Amino acid sequence: MERIIKERSTQVHTIGTSVHDLDCEKKSLAGSVSQRACVFCGSRVVLYPIADALHLIHGPIGCAAYTWDIRGALSSGPQLHRLSFSTDLRERDVVFGGEPKLYTALTELIEAYQPKAAFVYSTCIVGVIGDDVEAVCRKVSAEQKIDVLPVMAEGFKGTKKDGYKAACDALSKLVGTDNEFQAPPFSINILGDFNLAGELWMLKEYYEKIGVNIITGLTGDGRINEIRQAHKASINVVQCSGSMMHLAKEMEEKYGIPFIKVSYFGIEDMADALYEVAGFFKNDEMLEKARNLVSEEIKTLLPALAPFKEKLQGKKAAIYVGGAFKAISLVKALRLIGMKTVMVGSQTGNKDDYNLLKKLCDEGTIIVDDSNPNELSEFVKEKGVDLFIGGVKERPIAYKLGIGFCDHNHERKEALAGFEGMLNFANEVYASVTSPVWKFFKR
Amino acid sequence: MEKIPTLSYIRPFVSTRNACKLCSPLGACIAIKGIEGCVPVIHGSQGCATYIRRYLISHYKEPVDIASSNFSEETTIFGGEANLKIALTNVTNQYQPKAIGVATTCLSETIGEDVASQLSHIRNDSSNSNLPSLFTVSTPSYQGTHMDGFHATVLEIIKKFAKKLPPADKINLFPGFVSPADIRHLKEIIIDFDVKTTILPDYSDTLDNPVWDQYYRVPKGGTPISELEKMGEAYASVELGVFTTVKQGGQNGGIEVSGASWLESEHSVKNHQCILPIGMNSCDSFFDILSKVSGKDIPVKYQMQRGRLLDSYADGHKYIFGKKAVVYGEEDLVLGLCSFLDEIGIEVVLAASGANSGKLQKEIIKHCPEHGKTIKVISDSDFEQINEACNTIKPDFLIGNSKGNYIAGNFNIPLIRVGFPIHDRIGGQRITLLGYKGTQELFDKVVNATIEYKQNNSPIGYKYM
Repeated sequence: MERIIKERSTQVHTIGTSVHDLDCEKKSLAGSVSQRACVFCGSRVVLYPIADALHLIHGPIGCAAYTWDIRGALSSGPQLHRLSFSTDLRERDVVFGGEPKLYTALTELIEAYQPKAAFVYSTCIVGVIGDDVEAVCRKVSAEQKIDVLPVMAEGFKGTKKDGYKAACDALSKLVGTDNEFQAPPFSINILGDFNLAGELWMLKEYYEKIGVNIITGLTGDGRINEIRQAHKASINVVQCSGSMMHLAKEMEEKYGIPFIKVSYFGIEDMADALYEVAGFFKNDEMLEKARNLVSEEIKTLLPALAPFKEKLQGKKAAIYVGGAFKAISLVKALRLIGMKTVMVGSQTGNKDDYNLLKKLCDEGTIIVDDSNPNELSEFVKEKGVDLFIGGVKERPIAYKLGIGFCDHNHERKEALAGFEGMLNFANEVYASVTSPVWKFFKR
Repeated sequence: MEKIPTLSYIRPFVSTRNACKLCSPLGACIAIKGIEGCVPVIHGSQGCATYIRRYLISHYKEPVDIASSNFSEETTIFGGEANLKIALTNVTNQYQPKAIGVATTCLSETIGEDVASQLSHIRNDSSNSNLPSLFTVSTPSYQGTHMDGFHATVLEIIKKFAKKLPPADKINLFPGFVSPADIRHLKEIIIDFDVKTTILPDYSDTLDNPVWDQYYRVPKGGTPISELEKMGEAYASVELGVFTTVKQGGQNGGIEVSGASWLESEHSVKNHQCILPIGMNSCDSFFDILSKVSGKDIPVKYQMQRGRLLDSYADGHKYIFGKKAVVYGEEDLVLGLCSFLDEIGIEVVLAASGANSGKLQKEIIKHCPEHGKTIKVISDSDFEQINEACNTIKPDFLIGNSKGNYIAGNFNIPLIRVGFPIHDRIGGQRITLLGYKGTQELFDKVVNATIEYKQNNSPIGYKYM
């Protein structure tokens, strides 16, 4: 059996021995069993956490059913986003067109649930039967007097990344629509955090402690009215750079708002995120506060991590996650607890991300783009890893082989960002890697 | 944090709110996973395969590899044959499967892909000489539910593989969409009856593997293709479930066919159909059928199981009498559960399914002599409809898959988890519902749920029942 499909061999790189550069940002190969989803998925994951909006999926039932309340993205207020709405197209709609059903569905749902705005996601079939989704959205928007935003997310029109762009396009129509709002000084937006397990709330607390105000977390505990005010921020702080860079760049062009890329995973990156924001505002007091906050946190965190590090020292880890930016943070976070990354990959990383990983990781580390279960299982076996970090689709690969696993995906229930998150991360890794159950497994 | 919004009134909706069904290709993939050495390919966008994998993995807690032909814009305009060919080649090289089952999607169906002829082109292309057996099933997600995909796949598999053979001393068993543990239990029963049987589909191992010492790209288990070929030589089929047919022939009305009924009409294999054997009545029917087709008495082991079940009915009946239940899920599961609950003195106040065969109400009346006529049946239903109905019907518990958990939470009542999917607990693949043994497990759960509810809500608390 093929270890790696020939056409994919350039998307796998071993540091020190591979002569080729890592190939990436390609469409998945048919039959490769990619771990990626589709354009629709990209848009849905980004917009899902906007809690006071109606999210209507225009298509047959599958797309809505598989994305019903699957993320751990929390809202401090409304929970409308946790309902799954679909036009549930049937054969006759496909034959005669889905516009009438879309119109009725939108109207009835807006009347019943009184959302602050509505997002309408186009799925594969809508692109093929030629429904004019934008026209229906305009009509309902005029009648119901709320924003109804089409999200052009036909699954086949690219990759998950194109879905991020479709989501950003929809968001950019909202940004800048509230000009009355006066932003307090030192205001920022958080882009690309999804408030999984309440992570955004922790970040908010850190930022507030150093005197920074967050206008909106857009896609984390998001609210329509706050998104309208986002253009009043002084800077956009972008995490998960893959998903929200389009919007950050657009806001820079349109409103002159600069952006910085940060990560909130691990001590180093979390501290940098605070320092960079303080540095941007060129405010000594803020910088001082940031330093104090970090040193206070570290003072308790490092001793708390020490026992984990002692037990985990020298253990080997494999990482396969959606975005490579997160993978970079994870490599660093693992080092803090004494672990070494021997395989790292992502669904949607770009050249810069992978180059950074190459610099960061040791010789012999396998770096892989858009991998699949067969490759992943081969790599973790070859490398004899003790821990696999990934999501739902990677979990059974680890468990079937008797390897510890850490969920670092959108479904997770444990906050892993920030200083507190670092401790949770260490705890979760420790719990899985050192569990006595593995003693029964032949490795 | 606010609550998930719920309407306090009932109004009609054309939209679906929290679907109580899944799309057709998902059902196809489950059936395909029940064939030995077989890998599913979904002919459509990458997302269909990945979402379905994710959904199945979250329930079965197993690797579930499903390939995609990965449509792009060009594919959608110029057709998917080239992509399908690449997919089949890559799957063949990576997995060395014994067969590949290709399920279509809304996308490939709408652009008019003729997958059967694409497969024969690809097969005839000499560069693809190492391809395994190929078959396809039409599963447009705008038609029916995951169950239509499941049963259509069972039918297509039989049509593809079953050969004309002289009759032999064996039977076929069609378990329907039940848990791997249920299929294993059915196997145990058949072995005890000592009758040679082919089960289709059999994902009892492929979707519920023991731990591995090495990674198997294609999990072990499944119905062997050599067995599929011989399904036409059986003298009888036993088909569990009565919502097993799919429409064939289309335009001139079409006829309703299931795998078992097709074998009956094409290969003269007598079909014995019964509802899912959950509860005393339906288990008795099922065991009677097995006794009849095998010509053997019901083994003592099952007579004992039956006796213990009946004994427990006496022990538990008072705690559950008159309790009101809401049942939801696939039509066959709903019917099986209604029949069981009805016979133990529980009043089903709502039976809901996302499917819409048009026959559910009639079947419920037929199989629920106590309360059948007053059970409110909603077909083509969704979870919000169920949720809103609960405001007025005030059930004592819900029984169905884990997606109804939020409704149980709203009304602070127990949810008894059965069926698919169970995404918020481990062990969904190990829940046994069928036979006296499965019924026993379920009966104990139902009685204990009501006792526990009372105990937890009692200001005194008590240590005895």
